[in-house]
Amino acid sequence: MHDLAQQIVSGLATGSIFASMALALVLIYRAMGIINFAQGELAMFTTYIAWQLTQTGMPILLAFVLAVLIAFVGGVALERIVVRPVERAPQLTVVIVTLGLFTVFNGLAGWFWGYVVKSFPTPFPTAPLNIAGVAFSAQDVGVIVVSLITLGLISLFFQKTKIGLAMRAAALYPEQSRVLGIHVGWMLALGWGLASAVGAISGIMVAPALFLDPNMMQSVIVYAFAAAVLGGIESPIGAVVGGLVLGVALNLLGTYVEAIGNELRLAAALAIIVVVLMVKPSGLFGRTTVQRV
Amino acid sequence: MRLNTAQWVPIAIAAVVIAVLPAVVPSFIVFDLIFVAAYAIAVLGLVVLTGMNGQISLGHGAFMALGGYVAAVLAHNAGWPYWIGVPLAAVACGAFGLFIGLIALRLAGVYLALATFSLAVATPSFLKHYKSITGGFGGMSLEAVKAPAWFPLDAQHWLYYVAWAVAGICFLLSALLVRGTFGRALRALRDNPVAAVSFGINPYYYKTLAFGWSAALAGVAGAFLAIATAFVSPDTFSFALSITLLIGAVLGGILTFWGALIGALVIEFLPLLAQQVNAAAPSVVYGVTLILMMLFVPDGIVGGLQRAVRRFAPAHRTKPELEPFSPSAAMKAADQPSRE
Repeated sequence: MHDLAQQIVSGLATGSIFASMALALVLIYRAMGIINFAQGELAMFTTYIAWQLTQTGMPILLAFVLAVLIAFVGGVALERIVVRPVERAPQLTVVIVTLGLFTVFNGLAGWFWGYVVKSFPTPFPTAPLNIAGVAFSAQDVGVIVVSLITLGLISLFFQKTKIGLAMRAAALYPEQSRVLGIHVGWMLALGWGLASAVGAISGIMVAPALFLDPNMMQSVIVYAFAAAVLGGIESPIGAVVGGLVLGVALNLLGTYVEAIGNELRLAAALAIIVVVLMVKPSGLFGRTTVQRV
Repeated sequence: MRLNTAQWVPIAIAAVVIAVLPAVVPSFIVFDLIFVAAYAIAVLGLVVLTGMNGQISLGHGAFMALGGYVAAVLAHNAGWPYWIGVPLAAVACGAFGLFIGLIALRLAGVYLALATFSLAVATPSFLKHYKSITGGFGGMSLEAVKAPAWFPLDAQHWLYYVAWAVAGICFLLSALLVRGTFGRALRALRDNPVAAVSFGINPYYYKTLAFGWSAALAGVAGAFLAIATAFVSPDTFSFALSITLLIGAVLGGILTFWGALIGALVIEFLPLLAQQVNAAAPSVVYGVTLILMMLFVPDGIVGGLQRAVRRFAPAHRTKPELEPFSPSAAMKAADQPSRE
């Protein structure tokens, strides 16, 4: 029983990382109908920046906050400079541009910091946490708490603030929003900023477990795709639920089903993506769209 | 196949250059050129699938992996001669491609990109998991290819000519395939699926077949990669390979067969040059070039050259082509709904 509880909590911890990453993908997809294949690499890159800052002797928390801010500004800048010119271009063009970003940031990380795996400091205590007689890893609990706070803040931002409302309007009805005086272009850039900030948080949260290396986010992004697709790629709630469900399910499968083990978890994520897209492309929480031909 | 002068002269020149090149370049470049042949075959697969039919695949490295491992397993575990591995790799990958093609029918543009991306990322973990067949992490080595006794040059030159002969066959067969009815159907489904279906073109048949053919080409390429290096491992077929192939297709020009050849040259030699700066430099150069090409020359090197030639030498136009040249026709296809 204790074992199961521990496995579920550690599944929720990885799941909340998938959820943040999936939310980052959904934010951009809702705003522009683009899947940002570079999302994971952007997160990896800012995690390296956080690492670099801690190397200067800066307190860990300050370094993390600073890195997330840098991610935000970087996201806004990328949208303005690279994505904006192809915004109306055909989908293949946009996919290739985000793959270009993927390659650039992967290469830059290798260039600046090398391919040797680095350990990443954790802001959480290392001693296990005792809850109801079961020892949970403080790291896992910390990751869950931080992710939930982040997701809650994002949700509050979109529901309760004027600029959040403007961003939602710009995503859904760009023409009408423009008439109402909303700067649609800047709202989209802001969306990219938010997405890369959320992505950066998930990168920083996952790095102590995965260790820093330029390819560390490549499997995480596939899990995030699976989470987003499972929840419905247009639904923020779906992304969060999808991420948590996926995290717990993969952890339990990996632990208790011998045949899946650790290596086939990615294959399981791939299977989820393919099956959901074939059977119910709108996912658990998405709306079914009807296309006129 | 009837060709006009503007078409057969470049082909003849390319064939002659390929035939005499080993005599004039140093032998390490001959070795690189074997890889160019393999990449050209794989990129050709993307040209047929993405360029001509508008289906995005970010996972062609996975098909190359299957082809490479089919060739390697047959040679390593079963002890068969290397040349049997090549056609069998094509058959295995063709069948797997038909299967993926059936799935792809249900996935519109960007979802197909997402699924194939995930396939490419997951491929190495499959290879690592089934250790008893694939040799796991460490991969497996193949016996080095030997030249037959009647061949006057060494084994490397033998492999060079075999690889380019096979590449020639692949290009020829693909050219035969995409001309006439089949090619027109592919392009019609790319440019306007609704109209194409109204004219009685069966999208299931053509799109699945395009995927199968494209995957078979990638399989041949993978087999040659395995044979040329005499070694396969999960890292040979990492996600980076899939990206590299796409880069080759996009840089070369995804709408023409020449783009596959030029693209293959670029993805073989550009990293060798960039590596002299830093081990990570090729990725950065690739990424920046990809983005710049998409912003300014979306139809690639060959497409850009064709436009330049047309602008500056309109007199050379011999015969109007069947379809008007449209740089982004392939790319528009992804925007069309696949289930109509």
